[in-house]
Amino acid sequence: MAQDNLQVDPIQNARVTWEGCSVLLDINDSDRLVFARLTSGSKLKVGNKNCSLQPLIGCPFGSIFQVDNGKEGPYLSRIIPFTEDDIQEKGNIEMSGELKDNRAIVDDNKAQNLTGEDIDEMRRQGATGNEIVEALIANSATFEKKTLFSQEKYKLKKQKKYAPKVLLRRPFSRSICEAYFKKYPARIGFLRVDTLSLLLSMSNVAANSDVLVVDMVGGLLTGAVAERLGGRGYVCNTCFGDSPYPMDIVRIFNFSNEICRRIVRASLTDLSLCQNGTFQQIDQHQNARDMEILSNEQVSSSVSTEDLPLSSENGISELITDATLSPANKICKAPKAGEKASQETLKWWKENGFSSLIIVAPDVDPWNLVKDLLPLLAYSAPFAIYHQYLQPLATCMHNLQLGKIAINLQITEPWLREYQVLPSRTHPCMQMSGCGGYILSGTRIAAS
Amino acid sequence: MLPTDPEKRISFTRCIREGDLVIVYERHDCMKAVKVCKSSSLQNRFGVFKHSDWIGKPFGSKVFSNKGGFVYLLAPTPELWTLVLSHRTQILYIADISFVVTYLEIVPGCVVLESGTGSGSLTTSLARAVAPTGHVYTFDFHEQRAASAREDFERTGVSSIVTVDVRDIQGQGFPDEFAGLADSIFLDLPQPWLTIPSAAKMLKQDGVLCSFSPCIEQVQRSCESLLLNFTDIRTFEILLRTYEVRQWKTDCSRGNEGGLVGSLPHKRKQHPIEGSGEPDNQNSSSVMARPSGEARGHTGYLTFARLKCLS
Repeated sequence: MAQDNLQVDPIQNARVTWEGCSVLLDINDSDRLVFARLTSGSKLKVGNKNCSLQPLIGCPFGSIFQVDNGKEGPYLSRIIPFTEDDIQEKGNIEMSGELKDNRAIVDDNKAQNLTGEDIDEMRRQGATGNEIVEALIANSATFEKKTLFSQEKYKLKKQKKYAPKVLLRRPFSRSICEAYFKKYPARIGFLRVDTLSLLLSMSNVAANSDVLVVDMVGGLLTGAVAERLGGRGYVCNTCFGDSPYPMDIVRIFNFSNEICRRIVRASLTDLSLCQNGTFQQIDQHQNARDMEILSNEQVSSSVSTEDLPLSSENGISELITDATLSPANKICKAPKAGEKASQETLKWWKENGFSSLIIVAPDVDPWNLVKDLLPLLAYSAPFAIYHQYLQPLATCMHNLQLGKIAINLQITEPWLREYQVLPSRTHPCMQMSGCGGYILSGTRIAAS
Repeated sequence: MLPTDPEKRISFTRCIREGDLVIVYERHDCMKAVKVCKSSSLQNRFGVFKHSDWIGKPFGSKVFSNKGGFVYLLAPTPELWTLVLSHRTQILYIADISFVVTYLEIVPGCVVLESGTGSGSLTTSLARAVAPTGHVYTFDFHEQRAASAREDFERTGVSSIVTVDVRDIQGQGFPDEFAGLADSIFLDLPQPWLTIPSAAKMLKQDGVLCSFSPCIEQVQRSCESLLLNFTDIRTFEILLRTYEVRQWKTDCSRGNEGGLVGSLPHKRKQHPIEGSGEPDNQNSSSVMARPSGEARGHTGYLTFARLKCLS
């Protein structure tokens, strides 16, 4: 296979950032997640310091930064990650088979000899975060008594506070979905990343397909589909009534103009002429909802950095309180997605039908949508419907069985468990998501 | 994989032609891949189906046998293919597959390396994700298995974006010509840790690797060897629970016979409803769902890791 035949969208699959590029900033191992656009003026508040994001421009994704003190104040400087020695050290933790335990450690808050004033003084004298962490360890009366494992934990905890790390990540559907699921799950209808993946697979989304979506999760679904299309085929975001559903999340992806051009909107009325009585009602109900969502979204999208500070599960709460949204700098506009579908395209769909359908409408009865949207699909085209509740999908499946317009119907629920894998300490993670929602999938058939 | 029209657009409206691969659907748990050939016929418990009757019908059509039995003819997709392919090895199923494609951040145009090829269940989905401009290079040390996989990719129409090679990746590593070119790598090997150093050389900056292992001991060793060149190391287990749906007549005071419509297990129930479509009285009944009795308890652990950014 000729290598030069391979073409990757240079923006979509970029490995290095550029001016105006959208990024996900992961601060302290996902304690805090921030979507930002890299411009010369954009700033990020790390700890209590305001840092320009300028140094991140032109760096490879995956780079790690720390706050350093420069002549002109704090700035983000790139650090090169661990060398082999560190790994060796980590590996030794479990090798030593130590006999320490916590019998001598009393929680009386007297273990640390450094006071807050001492630390402030160190800071004034220009100590780096790492130096402060070292000092804290040296002045801890109990550090030596801890097991190596808990020494490591202590060190990490202090590092997060005094020497926070900023990791530069690519905004892909994987990272965007995970970030929202962690911080604002309701905004994306509690759609977990494995569930989103299943929707895309079950509905056979691929380049050159024509995907009809109902996306009431802020554009996450539309963006994820567009990512898979890579600028070929269309994702048509449909709505009931005239006001389209917001899709601000699409702007977080780094989409080229070609990909954006493939994200279009069309109301159900545009797509089909066959209507029935129950429709008007839904319309009105829907419009009311839209307004709500819109006003919510406008707040967050009026600034160029969207902050997702994470609630603290690991007891690191310092960063949440003092980390505030940096003021908006001039917004570097992402290319426009979501134009109205052209007459020509609408005509093509009317003749050929869509090749996939995905519905993610958390608060709507799926049957109300499916009965009108399914006829817009081509015969043999697969579809997948997400809902956070089981019952509406069960009813929908039953109705589809009776209506004989779809086969291969199945309701599935994904279950995802993450593991901590460490030498002699491997076990499932203590916290997991209890429900990733339900999917009804099937295939449209020809009327007999 | 899919029927496309002259403009390369995926089009299901194209009618079935001689030589097409169709998925013959009897029930959700009973399907078969068939190559359409004018002169041949398909025989199953519903009777004899002549292929010549199928030609010219759109995909998604219901077709009848000499005895009046029927099946549906579906256009193949990677999901359907996974259900009908011949198992030469243990295969990956949709839950793992879909998660792998998303987590490996595969988009059109990507170069993906895979080993082993096995029965090609995942490969087909990888091909869909990189198409039309990317490429999947898949390696298996088993000569015959590789040849069968090649035949399958020819049948499903993905052979132009998939290259199958015979190579012992665990022993020899990936070929040097791919150094620094792979966007993502997938390993399904008995001793993946032997291949991890080679995989690290193949990946582009910030590229993602996934290793699938059924046993936790394999995961343990893989994770140890990943520490050297990789970061963001995460291990998952993913399963799918399926639900049975049935209608329950609420106006019936007698519990058992006649009271429950479709009270038979899902598998047997599905056909009468789809086939003969017995009229149900919806007014006095409610629809209930419960998890299916039998479920897959474990497939494997998926370990993902991202190449450390050192440059």
